[in-house]
Amino acid sequence: MSQKLSIVCVTGTREKLQMAAMIASVAAATGDEVSVFLSMNALSYFVKGHATDAPVEGEMGTLMAQKGVPPFKQLFQQAAELGDAKLLPCSMALDLMKITNDDLDAELGPPTGLTRFLSDAEGGQMLTF
Amino acid sequence: MSDSKIVDARDTFCPGPLMELITHMKRSNVGDTLELLSTDEGSGADVPEWVNKVGHEIISNEKIDGVWHIKIRKAK
Repeated sequence: MSQKLSIVCVTGTREKLQMAAMIASVAAATGDEVSVFLSMNALSYFVKGHATDAPVEGEMGTLMAQKGVPPFKQLFQQAAELGDAKLLPCSMALDLMKITNDDLDAELGPPTGLTRFLSDAEGGQMLTF
Repeated sequence: MSDSKIVDARDTFCPGPLMELITHMKRSNVGDTLELLSTDEGSGADVPEWVNKVGHEIISNEKIDGVWHIKIRKAK
């Protein structure tokens, strides 16, 4: 049975972004209703022209740099394309960075505030990375 | 007429093989057969789990010389 899954990404390290992207892509492609809220240090990887190489936390992050590991941005994109996952930039983070939705990758949805995100998340599961 | 094709996802890590399969499934027609090749150890159990959950059909699943060959029929 499909479920509602809300994923909050705040940390800008490779391991955390990778795990969030893996869960988002598999859950979305399995028919779950997935929303990913991108804020704090996780958002900048979705700004056009920004580096996509996130710093590692430890050994696994280094191992993941090898060929054959799908990059987290590709997995988030597949979550959106194959499973209709919503990738939602935090409106507060956009304000702080002094950027607008036009500065973000095309697969991102509208800037979203916490009130809206929390009310949409109601009744489902929430994971934070 | 139903098609049969091979999805070669060898040398990619989880969830790469599954995402490759799903990408090709989306582009296929009901009744088509896809054979996924994967060297990711978890694929042998994880891919059938996805196929059954979503409602497609596993035709065969075997490991030959370190490569999983998983045949799936698109059922819907």
